[in-house]
Amino acid sequence: MTASAAPPTTALGAEPGFVVQLDAFAGPLDLLLHLLREEEIDIADIPIARIADQFLSVIHELGLNQAADYLEMAGRLLRLKAQTLLPRRSEEEGWEDPRHELVRRLLEYQLIREIASWLDKASERRAGQFSRGYLPPPPELPPQPLAIDLLQLLLAVEKVVSEISVPVLHRVVPRPLDVEGATKRIEALLEERGEIGWLDALGAERGIADVLSTLLALLELAKRGTVHLFQRAAFAPMVISRDAPRPAA
Amino acid sequence: MTPLAQLLEAALFSAARPVTVEELQTLDPEASLADVRAALEQLREHYDFDGHSVEVVELAGGYQILTRRAFAAAIEQAQLSVRIPKLTGAALETLAVISYRQPVGRAEIEDIRGVSAGGVLRTLQERGLIEVVGRSEAMGRPLLYGTTSLFLETLGLRDLAELPRADEFTVALQPPRPPMAAEGEEDAAASVPAES
Repeated sequence: MTASAAPPTTALGAEPGFVVQLDAFAGPLDLLLHLLREEEIDIADIPIARIADQFLSVIHELGLNQAADYLEMAGRLLRLKAQTLLPRRSEEEGWEDPRHELVRRLLEYQLIREIASWLDKASERRAGQFSRGYLPPPPELPPQPLAIDLLQLLLAVEKVVSEISVPVLHRVVPRPLDVEGATKRIEALLEERGEIGWLDALGAERGIADVLSTLLALLELAKRGTVHLFQRAAFAPMVISRDAPRPAA
Repeated sequence: MTPLAQLLEAALFSAARPVTVEELQTLDPEASLADVRAALEQLREHYDFDGHSVEVVELAGGYQILTRRAFAAAIEQAQLSVRIPKLTGAALETLAVISYRQPVGRAEIEDIRGVSAGGVLRTLQERGLIEVVGRSEAMGRPLLYGTTSLFLETLGLRDLAELPRADEFTVALQPPRPPMAAEGEEDAAASVPAES
């Protein structure tokens, strides 16, 4: 429960707004005890009608009449007041004083107040002694205002950006195509022999990359006119030759 | 002082919280609990009779070296250390209910004090003076609160048994007389109607 720090006099003004003075009393029970003390009333025989009216007038003056805790007690007191005002048949069996519950609560609360006061004295006593290196709980500091120059900002941006992982949509894997190597191999072979077959040109390595490299090299060489590609007959193996094919006999 | 008493002095000096006899015993595997207690007594006497400004205090189930009260004002004024922050009236009342009724739920605390207790319960929990110790079997299984060892430490108590019994308090059927009014805040309250 928090309360405004304004002195009570402000609450007494004509302002009908939401002015709450919770500081003055620890709660409705505290206020009630205070009223009883003021009037020097025996707690066992509370004149409910009078106390209820006083309670209402004080909470109205202090602007407490909008605080739920006090309103609840006000309602309770008014109900008690009504009950005590009702005529009752004398010597009625089983009649219980409607104030009984209120007295019980007041006594219980008073006990709590005394215990609280005992605890207060105990903590006061303890606070007079210091342990080695007592660290006070750190005050809750608001975060420091951001002071940063342009360079720091850019560095920070760069750092953030560098840490963003770009999602991989498609990765181009370089294939180990070696058209140049295949070209050299074919030229060397044709240097030795005038004519080679496809498997000779392909060489020992026969992976898909080697086949493609060799094929591309052959097509390139053929285009340049360095080699000639032909078949001696339909469906016959391809012949790779330095020279133009001799016309079939 | 015996070597064990010296060892305990070093340990208590270095610790930032009360240390239990069992913890102190682990310092020396040769020593029994009785040895540790005897050595603690020796250390206490040493501080008391040789004019030391610190004393061995039994707190929250353990032992701690604290400065003597005579020096509190000077230390505080020099701002060499900070007093344990004072508890508010609402906090004290709430602690009063919890320490005597624990484990106790929020509804019971509010019923006894006549005001809502959510805020003060949170503050006390943040300060480590109370903790949730379980849930009630009642409807909605509300949380139950109890006091912590920091509560004992803050109040300078050895254990909960050191709290006075409830029937030791003099709650009479008479309204308390003004001298029994405990604190200044009551005086402030008393002055309010006078202004109206």
